[in-house]
Formats: sequence, structure tokens, C-alpha cells
Amino acid sequence: MTWRSPLALVRDALQGQRARERELRSLVSNLLYEGLEKAKQPNRFFLSNAIKTTKYSLLLFLPMNLYEQFHRFANLYFVGIAILNFIPVVNAFQPEVALIPICVILLLTALKDGWEDFRRYQSDRKVNNTPCFIYSRYKQYVERRWKDVRVGDFVRVVSNEIVPADLLLLYSSNPNGVCHIETANLDGETNLKQRTVVSGLWAANLGFEPESFNSVVVCERPNNNLNHFKCFVEKPDKDKVGASIESLLLRGCTVRNTNHAVGFVVYAGHETKSMLNSNGSRYKRSKLERKLNADVFFCLLLLFTMCLIGAFGHYLWLESLPGVPSFLVPDSNGHLDVPSLESFYMFITMIILLQILIPISLYVSVELVKVGQIFFITNDIDLYDEETDSRIQCRALNITEDLGQIEYIFSDKTGTLTENKMVFRRCSVMGTEYPHKENAIRLDVMDEPESEEEVIFNQHQQLPRTRWSLESEGISPADTQQHGRRRKSKVAANAHSDVAFSSPLETEVIPDQKLLQQISRAESSGGRRDGNRNFDPHLDFFLALAICNTVVVSMENAHRQRVTGAFFQRNKWNRTRSEDPVIDSAKTENEADTNELQTCSLHPPSQNGSTIAEAEELCYEAESPDEAALVYAARAYGFILLARTPDSVTVRLPSGEDLVFEVLDTLTFDSNRKRMSVLVRHPVTKDYVLYTKGADYSIMELLGTPYAENVSGIEKNIAADTQYHLDCYAKDGLRTLCITKKVVSESTYQSWLGERKRAQAAMECREELIMRTAVQLETNLTLLGATGIEDRLQENVPDSIVALREAGIHVWVLTGDKPETAVNIGYACRLLEEEDLVINMSCKNKVTCTSNLDCTLEEVRRYGDDLRNIGTTQNISLVIDGNTLDIAMSPDLQQRFIELTKHCRSVLCCRVTPLQKSAVVKLVRDKLKVMTLAVGDGANDVNMIQAADIGIGISGQEGMQAVMASDFAISRFKHLKKLILVHGHWCYTRLANMIIYFFYKNVAYVNLLFWYQFFCGFTATTMFDYWQMIFFNLFFTSTPPIMFGIFDKDVSVEVLQGVPELYRTGQRKGEYNFLTFWISILDAFYQSLVCFFIPYLAYQDSDVDLFTFGMPLNTAALFAILLHLAIEIKSWTLVHWAIMLGSVALYFVVTLAYTAGCVTCNPPSNPYWILQSQMADPIFYLIVTLCTVVALLPRYSPPLCICRQLDRMDPSTRDQWIKEWRGFRGGAPAKRYELPDPPSPTLETPVDFFPDFLPDSDFMGDDLSLNVIAESRQRAVHT
Amino acid sequence: MGKTKDKSGPLARRPDNSAFKQQRLPAWSPVLTANTVLPFFYLLAVISMLLGVWLLLLVQSTQEIKLDYTDLGNCNECFDLRRNVSNAAQTCSCRVEFSIDKTFKGDVFFYYGLKNFHQNLRRYMDSRDDGQTVGWIKKLKNPSTYCEPFAKDEDGVPIAPCGAVANSMFNDSFTLTYHSSSGRRVPVPLLRKGLTWYTDKNVKFRNPRTDNLTLAQVFEGTRQPLYWQRPVYSLDPHDPNNNGFINEDLIVWMREAAFPNFKKLYGILNRADANFEKGLPRGNYSIDISYNFPVQHFLPIAYLVTSSLILLMAVVLTVAWWKFGKDGKNMKE
Repeated sequence: MTWRSPLALVRDALQGQRARERELRSLVSNLLYEGLEKAKQPNRFFLSNAIKTTKYSLLLFLPMNLYEQFHRFANLYFVGIAILNFIPVVNAFQPEVALIPICVILLLTALKDGWEDFRRYQSDRKVNNTPCFIYSRYKQYVERRWKDVRVGDFVRVVSNEIVPADLLLLYSSNPNGVCHIETANLDGETNLKQRTVVSGLWAANLGFEPESFNSVVVCERPNNNLNHFKCFVEKPDKDKVGASIESLLLRGCTVRNTNHAVGFVVYAGHETKSMLNSNGSRYKRSKLERKLNADVFFCLLLLFTMCLIGAFGHYLWLESLPGVPSFLVPDSNGHLDVPSLESFYMFITMIILLQILIPISLYVSVELVKVGQIFFITNDIDLYDEETDSRIQCRALNITEDLGQIEYIFSDKTGTLTENKMVFRRCSVMGTEYPHKENAIRLDVMDEPESEEEVIFNQHQQLPRTRWSLESEGISPADTQQHGRRRKSKVAANAHSDVAFSSPLETEVIPDQKLLQQISRAESSGGRRDGNRNFDPHLDFFLALAICNTVVVSMENAHRQRVTGAFFQRNKWNRTRSEDPVIDSAKTENEADTNELQTCSLHPPSQNGSTIAEAEELCYEAESPDEAALVYAARAYGFILLARTPDSVTVRLPSGEDLVFEVLDTLTFDSNRKRMSVLVRHPVTKDYVLYTKGADYSIMELLGTPYAENVSGIEKNIAADTQYHLDCYAKDGLRTLCITKKVVSESTYQSWLGERKRAQAAMECREELIMRTAVQLETNLTLLGATGIEDRLQENVPDSIVALREAGIHVWVLTGDKPETAVNIGYACRLLEEEDLVINMSCKNKVTCTSNLDCTLEEVRRYGDDLRNIGTTQNISLVIDGNTLDIAMSPDLQQRFIELTKHCRSVLCCRVTPLQKSAVVKLVRDKLKVMTLAVGDGANDVNMIQAADIGIGISGQEGMQAVMASDFAISRFKHLKKLILVHGHWCYTRLANMIIYFFYKNVAYVNLLFWYQFFCGFTATTMFDYWQMIFFNLFFTSTPPIMFGIFDKDVSVEVLQGVPELYRTGQRKGEYNFLTFWISILDAFYQSLVCFFIPYLAYQDSDVDLFTFGMPLNTAALFAILLHLAIEIKSWTLVHWAIMLGSVALYFVVTLAYTAGCVTCNPPSNPYWILQSQMADPIFYLIVTLCTVVALLPRYSPPLCICRQLDRMDPSTRDQWIKEWRGFRGGAPAKRYELPDPPSPTLETPVDFFPDFLPDSDFMGDDLSLNVIAESRQRAVHT
Repeated sequence: MGKTKDKSGPLARRPDNSAFKQQRLPAWSPVLTANTVLPFFYLLAVISMLLGVWLLLLVQSTQEIKLDYTDLGNCNECFDLRRNVSNAAQTCSCRVEFSIDKTFKGDVFFYYGLKNFHQNLRRYMDSRDDGQTVGWIKKLKNPSTYCEPFAKDEDGVPIAPCGAVANSMFNDSFTLTYHSSSGRRVPVPLLRKGLTWYTDKNVKFRNPRTDNLTLAQVFEGTRQPLYWQRPVYSLDPHDPNNNGFINEDLIVWMREAAFPNFKKLYGILNRADANFEKGLPRGNYSIDISYNFPVQHFLPIAYLVTSSLILLMAVVLTVAWWKFGKDGKNMKE
């Protein structure tokens, strides 16, 4: 390092700052400056590739961590109190001791933070030291570390290697200049994505020469958008070549299917897109915590009241003194303050004395409890999905208890309720419907429950083959392939499908006979080679299916090894050519997976990757499942998509002939157009053909006159017929797509091409321009046909929905599908019941919508009031479409809309956009003030997930965006049932009870001190040793509530799942509400009165000294507080016993040791030998026993028990209970006898009173006999 | 997740199916039913009652006599005299006469008591130096700041024992005389030893090491508390071993009372004397000030009350159970 003047350093820093802030960055190759000192490097201002995700540095850890921690109000409060101790007039015993609790708390938190930061540091170091290859002028590619990579370097990446920084792709070993990457690390999408080399940089005859790269790369400022990148390369001759995200290899992606590639580093380290995207875990505040803060505030008020009483009492006491007695000690100058000033000082002293009323350890305990709860949730084997080998992920760490209070669930449909495994069901070509009956049968067979796996396996193997191999013989080369595939058992196939959307369920389609004949007729009629421009529409239809998509074809043997399970599957059934390396990679991958940050593969580049593809080894990797389904359908009819490069598509025709279409352009899908198109040049006819597929409503309005040259009556009706078929499909719950074609003339194409190029090169609003060009071309389409794709329900969805609903949760489904499809799925998943009254709201403008809404509301109200309808099971459901929803949610109508939905049992919103989804969630959340939960799996659900109080992501087939945005990530919808009904209930009751207990505990203990003030002239004397007070809260009574918050089970899993109604206690805040809080505070007052005044009266007028008096108080308080918890604990496991007994033992051991060992260690208080002498005195035991019994007596007394019962059961809800109870038991006719209370999760409910959910009538009896006490007590009060 | 590292295979991330992790540990859930609660209540009631009765009997068998000598006899003169602190050096004695109707059998304890004397004030309690009274030479000459303003006198001479507690020590002395029926005046012998906890006398309160010096020499350079009439090393003129910090009256006083009305042990009847072998005989006594044992009726009564409360609850529950429990059974059928 050479010395540089500070001025130069400052100048440099400013320059760097400016260079980084600039909108556009100009980057040049580092090679020309290699070996120069840093100040001469052109790219020195940009961040290096070393990353640092740690929050703290070793030196600054303490100040920074403390700064962080003092953001918490509670910590500030406690430090403030501790500082008060140091004010001399306050006369604190030992100011230093007062610092201990807060220091312990701060230290614990700091240790936790430090440990987390250290983990981050370790992972950073690991990442930074990952090797990679950087081009050097002297030695070609040299191995360096990731952290050495700088902007402007040339980095070589080989297959299966992870990209170290954001690279502009300049060279690929692939002759087409394509590099495949897998972005699973970034967004979880497992399909391969293509990246293309920036074209036109190298003269064709020259190889790739980094040294000769003397262009300037101009790119935009780093941003976190993974899908957009704007950049151009300015060549020395000022020629500009545009580049977009298509040429950018993102840091963290894995290179696949490409031998090696070289890229130019544009962004490094923290400026890379992936790093800009990774933000820390979100901090959400749970509802309970908000309530908790309110109650802490109440406690503060209580504290101030008590302190005021103390100060005022002190004043009165001083005034009432006859003279200046000898026990009134003046200050060191022999001077006594006036009473008013003394009492003011006393106020502050009282604050210090009574400060533990605000539980200092509460916040830490709550956090610990949540950690424990999350541990148990993530370890629940029922929430583990074997197919994907994934557990539930808790991404938000502090809202577990919110799970127990959910009132509204908003669910996406596709991929959430359904499997998102698209299966081609039927199609309509040129107005003719082909029902695909055999296919339907096959799917039904697959649909059997999983428990009969073996049977299915056999059936599946034999049934379709006999039927279909006979019929399809000689028709399709896909035949053999399908045989091969079918050999997989269902589980193996569903599990670990290494390619998204490629289970046999989705890949196998049994062709419809009629359609097959139609095709072979078309084939043989020879419309192929005779230059006839009117290619048979049936053939065109399937060509469109095969071409009009973005499906990437990959060879199975060259395929990446991703999931370990995939290896087993492949090894067993497929001809794996390189077994050993595969095993290796499988293992490494598995280990690397645990690292989570980057997955590394040691898998050597496959040697067989470029062998001629056999049709049977084709693997289709699609971005959306519909596309894959269509490609597989086309394949079933012999139109096999063989290869796709950016410029061409190869399709094998049924005749065995391979056609190579030149792809001129792809108009990608976007949610505004709701369609996508591919413009190809037909190899035979040399026509420019545009194939478009899209949603029916977006296509139908673009249709031109079909086959304008020879209009016939039949063809005119095609559109109408197809529309009819589409409606039928929708009613069956199928997803529909329209397939169209358009032949573009040469001149049109040329003019359009110019425009398109301009749009693509535009730097400003490029997307919009591109979209406009797409819309331009997509006109006058010719309808070929339509497809119906089935998306099957996930297993146990109806069951889960019914359970959630019985739990009192409103379930809303928001989907982008058509109303017909949605309603159908609604019935299938029991969101709607057959006997329900379904209101369908759909209107065009606001006026009709308003009147419609008013009428419906009136109707619904009348319906609800109508006596005839009481007791019937008929419910109201609402189906509303996106348009109407928009109107209904306008400010003046939303109140009415909400009112209407409150009457509805379920609401189904169709054709909603992602934005609407979140708007609905926000509306309901804000207007009704309810706890909402949103569950979804796709990027379109992200808004909704973030808007809801709890967002749940389903890690399905659509990537990880939803999971990234979520608070909890599950793999199946059915897991929601246990997560909410069991874990939600537990977490909520546990935490709520624990918090209430915490308040109670502190109030009870502090009040002992308070009552004593009446006997010591309100001078803030304590009858406990100060250390003992600290120990009491910090050690003796701190672990039991934490244990209680983590382990207690008020009701068993079976009961909670069997009787979802139990969930309602949490919704109504049954455990933690105003009443329970104040009851427990009152109880605390009572218990402290008992624990104080029994010893007081017992020792009155005796020669007892202060600390001897305090000892039985302390002990009695300990027993009362611990036994109080013992009453609250509903199930005692070994852990409970150990911790409870351990706490008592700890108290005695520590106190005995302390009082024995401390003669003068803690002046002026001196507890020496107190406990020992007390324990030799029978009075001590008598007092402690009496205090404990009397203090806890009300907990067992009939009135309180009844109170607690009634608290949960007011008459109206009780009736509802009974109604629900009957409904739940299968709508059995009402029994003669009066039904008892449904089991409430109180101590009256035995945990295992029915070990399993048995919906038969005789478990009622068990319930009754066990609830006798509760029932009889209740009556006692009524009569 | 470090734990998963050692596992591999298709289900690597599968959680352990252990009872602990699945929250299936065997648990005991107490169910409150009539069968469990009622016997427990009855048992508790019976135990409480027995304890209460036993305690009551115990208390009944003890006797007490309490004398408030503030205004009795000629003590009001002393009371008036003492009102003014400046008269602390003057002696004042008074006599109170009383009689007991029944012989006090067994051990007899003599207490002195104070009313509305707050030994439990925060600042008063603080005003002592345990380091000094435990016998540290350093502390003897340099008392803790807690003792302020009773750490040093105006001349800066350290006070031993320092602080407000010691300063305000109760220093009346009592002589009890028995007027036997024959008219003879027999002094009642009082043991002035063994009044303190063993640990106080031997651990907490120690004189500074004498090293062949007399106690007075050790305390040289300190002065007695302002209100005291005698220095600490000559508190007990009769027993040289009862002087200094280990003086029993001092130790008793230094154990601060919990409440403003308290009593402290003054002496124990020496039953070695033939006249008082069986305790304090009935007859007339005169005392130079006394005050006595407040027999505690609270605890036995509290136990009895609690017992009856529990019993009441148990009975109510039993009735309810007997009446409605039957209904429950009917419903079951």
C-alpha cells in the first residue's frame, strides 16, 4: 500500500459514490489494466464480489448490538429504572444490583444475536472462498476465490457450477450460443431457463478472445428485479448492441446442460440481483403481542397508582408523627427534608421497589417460548411431505400464536387447492368435441386413494395397456415410451419428479379414437407436400400445441440430478449411463442442500449430452404446467416436440418426418394480454405462421373471419360451437385454452419486424412497446380449437375445508379462473354444498351493481331472520367475479359488500387479478377487524400473502415466490388443517396462558412488598433480601412458565382434529381477553393478600425480625405461584415434573446456600442463617402450608370454576355449539336428551376422552359422564 | 440444520418420529371429577381441623401477662423526662407492681416491647455496619457510609457501633422482685444469656481481635453512640464476656423488628433457683418495667376457619354431585 494523501482518499470516495449512484454504468474489461495498482483500475469504484451479510463487526459488536436492543421500548424502560437507582435521594439499597437483571437480559439477547451473526459470518466465508475461474492475461483461466471476482473480469463457468456474480454472457460452448441455467436457488423454479450470448460482438471467424474485448458495457444501476436487465455494449466503432436479462447469468444460478460459458462481470457482490433480493426475515407483530403491550401499559398504570399511594401514605405518615422520633434518620448532614419533598422522593423509590410489576423477563420468555413452539411445529411429522422431502418452514418467527386466532382464510385455487398437475382431458377441434373417454377412465383409476397404492399400481399397469396399446398400435412412436414410463409406481413417480410437471399422470394421454382417425385421414389425404396453403386444421391444431409454447426439451440422461430421491427412481427404472458419478452428486447435493445458500454439484458434465435424442428420453421442461400438458397431448397424437432452440423448433410428425420450424419471434405471455404467440416460418410452405393460444375471452374477440377465402356455413359456426364446448368444459371444472392460427404475409411481417426491433432496443418503457407490438400482430386470428385441462384437487382438500369451516373459519377462494370452473371446484372441495343457496353476482356497471347488492343484502337479511330457516342446514354462498368485485369494493359500496359477505358461508371470487386478491384481503382485514390468513402457491398470490396477517406459501410446482413472501411454508393444503387447528390452538392457548400467568406472578409477588409498606411508614422497605427478589424472578419462577408455554397440551391432537369447534375459543380470544387478564390480576391481589396477612397476623406483636418475617412470605409465595401454575398445567409429562420439582429444589438449595454463606456480603440487608433458623421452626411450615392452601382455594372453589365455564359458554354460542355439534356428527337427528356442553379445552376435559375421532353416537355418553361436574356446577348457579 | 447432515436418503429431512419431538410424551392429565376432588377436600378439611385444634390447645396452655408501663406507677415521670433527648444522660427509675393469679409453669420469658417504634424504616434499617459489628478492625475506625449521620461525631471520631439502629438501642433495665406471701421480697433471677441466635452471637457479631489488649483498649479511638450512657465495651458491668459487640442486648436490638409494635427478649427465668424451679409462682410482683408474651391465637384460629371453609365447599360439592350426578347418569342412559 503506497501512502496517499487523505484528500485524495476523500476525493476517491466521492468519485466512487458518484460512480455507483449514476443511472448508467460504463464498464470496461479489467484485462488491459491487469497488474496495475488499485488506484488505476477503471472499475475500482464498484463493489467487489466478497459479500458480508453479518450485521456486526467484532469491534463494534457491543455498541451496535446495544443500539439495536434499545430500539425496544421495554429495554429502555428497564434501563431507565436501573439508572433511577443511582440517584442518591432515592436511597436504593444497592444500585449496582439493580443493573443485574437488565444486564442479564441484554447479555442473553446479545449472545443470541452474536451467535446468529457468527453463523452468517461462517457462511459468508464459505461462499466467499468458493473457487471459480477468472481469465488472466498471462495464464488463461486461473482458479481464484469468489471474493476475488471484480466487476470487469471474465469468469468461466462450467456445467453444474454456480455462477459467482452477475455475468453478461459472452460465450457459450453450445453452438447456438445458448446457456441453460437453473434458478432454483433464486426463485425455486426448477425448469431450465435459456440464456443467449450477446450477439454480434465477435466476428464469426474469430474465436472468443477476452483479451480483444475492448467494448464498453453500459448497464443500468443495480436493482433487485430478477426479470429485467437493461444494458448495451458499445463497440469501439460506436456500434451499440442491446442486451437484456436474456443474456445475464445471475449469481446463484446453476449452469446446466452447457459444457462451459464465459461471462463478463457486470455486478458483483452485494450489487448482484440475487443479493439485492435477499432481505432478512420479516418482522411481524402478532395480535397477542399487541394486546400484551396494552396490558403492559395497564400494569404501568397500576404501578404508578401503587407508587402514588405509597408516596401519599408516606406523606400522611410523616405528618402524623408526634415529634422527631429517634428512628427517623436524617441525611448525612443531620438534616430532615420536609414531608412533601420526602414523599416525592419516596415516589421514585417506590417505582424502583415495585418495578418488577412489569415483568422484565416476559419479553425474553415469550421469545424463548416461540422458539420452542417453532421447534415443535417444524418437527411435526404430520406436516412433513414425503414426496418433496420437505418439512414445514416457519419463516416468521414471532406469529405462531396468530395461527390460533384465524377467522378468515383466503385461498388461491390453482396449486393450492388443486395439485397444479395439469392433465389434458379433452379438446375441441374445428367445432367438433372429442371427449377422450379412455383418458378419463385412466385418470379415475389414478384417482384412487393412496392407501391402495399396490392395487392401483397393478391396475394402472394392466388396465390401460390392454385397452390402449391394442388400439394405438403403430400409430405413435410415443407408445413405447409410455410403456417404459408406466412402469414406475405411482408413489415413485409422483415423488421427486425431477422435472416439474412430469409425473406420468401428466405425461400420459390416451388419444381419442375419433380424433386419431381424423388425423390419419388428414395425413393420408396428402395435405402435406403439395404446397397447399390450407394445411389441414386438425394437423395445424396439434402443430400449434407442439410449437406454441416455451417448453424446453432436454435429454433425460443429461439431466441434472436435483433431488436425491430422483436418483433412486432413475436408477431403478431408467437406463442410467453413469451411475457412480450420479451417486456422488446425489450425496453432495444432499449435504449442500442443508447449507441453503448455494447448492454445489460435483457432477461432471455429462458425456452423453449431445447424443441423438431418442423420443422416449425426451424431457419437457415448462414454465407453466398447462404448456407441458399440451405438449404431452400433442405427443400422444404423434406430434412430438423434439428440440427447441431460440431460433428453431423441431417437431416430428405422425408420419415420422421431422420438421424444423424457424422461430421468428415469441410473444411471451403476460397477464394483460392473457395469451402468448409464436411466430414461425413453415419449412415446407415457407409461410409466416403465427400460433396463438390464450384464455377464451381474450382470444374470441380477436378472431377474424375463419379461412376467409372459402367461407362455408359450417366454419362460421366453429366459433360458436367452440364457445359452447368451452362453456361445457368450464362447467366440468376444466381449464380452457383457445388455439388459433394466423398466416402473416411477407410484407406485414417485414414492417412489423422493424417496429419490433425498435421496441426491443428501446431503453425507455421497453416492456410497454414490446407488448404493443405483440397486440399489433395478434389480430384476425383463425380459431383452430380449444383444449380442456384438468387440474385435480389435492388429497384431503374437502376434508380440510370442512374442518376449517367447522372451526368457525370463513374460507374464501380467490381464483383467476372462470366462474363456472371455480364453482365446480368449489363444489368438489366442499366449499359449496349441494343444498347451499348460491348467490351469483356479476354485473357490468356500478348502477346495476349497487341495486343488485342492495337487493341481495335485503334478501339475505330476510332469509336470516326468517324463522323457517333457523335450524336448517341451508347456507348462503356468494360467487362474484373480478369486475363486480372491483365495483363492490369501491368506497361507497364496500360497507354493503362486507355486510353481505358476513351473511355468507363461503365466498368465491373468480377472475381476480393478484392486486384484487390483496385488496380483498385488506378490505376484510381492516373493515371487520379480523385475523386473516392467505394461502397460495404462485407469484400471483404474493400480494395477498403479504397483505394478510399470516401468509402461507405452498411450495408447489410454481416456484418459490409465494414461499419467499410467506410466514409459513407448507407443501400440501391438507397440512393447513393440523397447522391451524392443532398447532395454532396450542400455540395460542399456551402463549396466552403463559402471558397471563406472567402478569399474575409478578403482580402477586410485588404486592407482597406493597402490603408491607403499610407497616413501615411507606418507606419502601423490603422484607426480602434484594438478591432473593432477583433470584425469585430470574431463576426460581422463570423456567416453569416457559416450559408451560412450550409443552402444555390442553387438548390432545386427536380431539382437536376431531372436534374443530374447539378452535373457536382462540378466535373469541377465550384464553386471553380483558376478563381473564383482570381476573388473574385480581387473583394475584387476593393471593398476595393471603400470603402477606396470614404471616403478618401470625407474627403480630412478636419478636420476629424483618428478614425472618420475609422468609415464610417468600416461600409461601413461591409455592402459591408454582402450584397455581400446576393447576393451569393440563398434562404432566416428565419435563413438567422435572422442571416444577427442580424449581422448588433450586429455591431451597440456592437460598440455603446464600443465607449460610453470606455474613456481610450484601450490606445493609443481612439474611444470614434466616432460612436455616426458620426451617427449624414448625411455625414456618404451618404458615407456609396455610398460606398456600388459602391462596389457591378459590381456584378450586365452585364459583370460579363455573365462571370459567360460563366465560367460555354464553348461551347463544352454546346453542350454536350444540347445533354445530349435531351437524358435525353427520347431521344425525336431534337426540331427546339435552346435549351437554361440547368439551371445552379446560381442565374438565380429559385429554384423551376419545382417543380417536369416532363419528358414531355412543362416544357422547363418555363425554357426558366425564363432564358431570362441570354440568352440575353450572346448574347449581342457575337454580 | 446441522442435525440433518448425517442423514441421507430420500427422506433426509423427515423429522424424528420420537415421542418428544412429536409431543407425544406420556402425560398425566389430572381430571377434576367428584371422585378426585371430594376426598381431597375432605382430607384437607380434616387435617386443617386437627392442626387447628392441636395448635389451639398448645396456645391455651401458655399464659401471658402484658404490662404497659408507660403510665403505670411512677413511670410517667420517666416518660416525660425521656421525651427530651437532651436528658438522655439522666437516670430515671420507676416501679410497677402487679400480681399473677396462677403459677406460670415451665419456662418463663421476659420481653420488653415498644409500640409505634419503626425499626423497619428503610433508612433506619440501612443505618448500620455489619462489617464493624463482625469485628473488622478497619471498619471499626472507618465505619461504612451507610451509618451516616451516625458514623462519626462532630469531632470526626468514629462511633462504635455506628448507625441509627445502634444509636437508638433500648437501654432500660428491669429488676423483677417476687413478694412472697410471707412478705419476703425475693429477687427473681433472670438469665441474661442465651437470648440470641447462636449464629448471631458467634458469627455475625464478634469483637475485634483483642491481641492481649483489654476491650477498652481495642475500642480506643472510637466513641459510644450519641444516645448511649455507656461505651459498648462496658455495656454489662456484671459479665465482662458480655461486652462489646457481642453484648446480647445489643444483638437482640440489632435484629430489626418487622413491625412498629414489637417485643424483644429481655431475659429467661433462671429455674435453677429453688423458688422458681417450677416457674413463676402466683403472687405479687414488682418490676422495674415489664411487658409480656402475646400469646398467638391467630394461627390455630386461621387453621380452624380454613378447615371449615374447605369443609363447606366439600359439602356443597357433594350435595351437587349427589343431586346432579345422578341426573348425569340418567342422561347417559
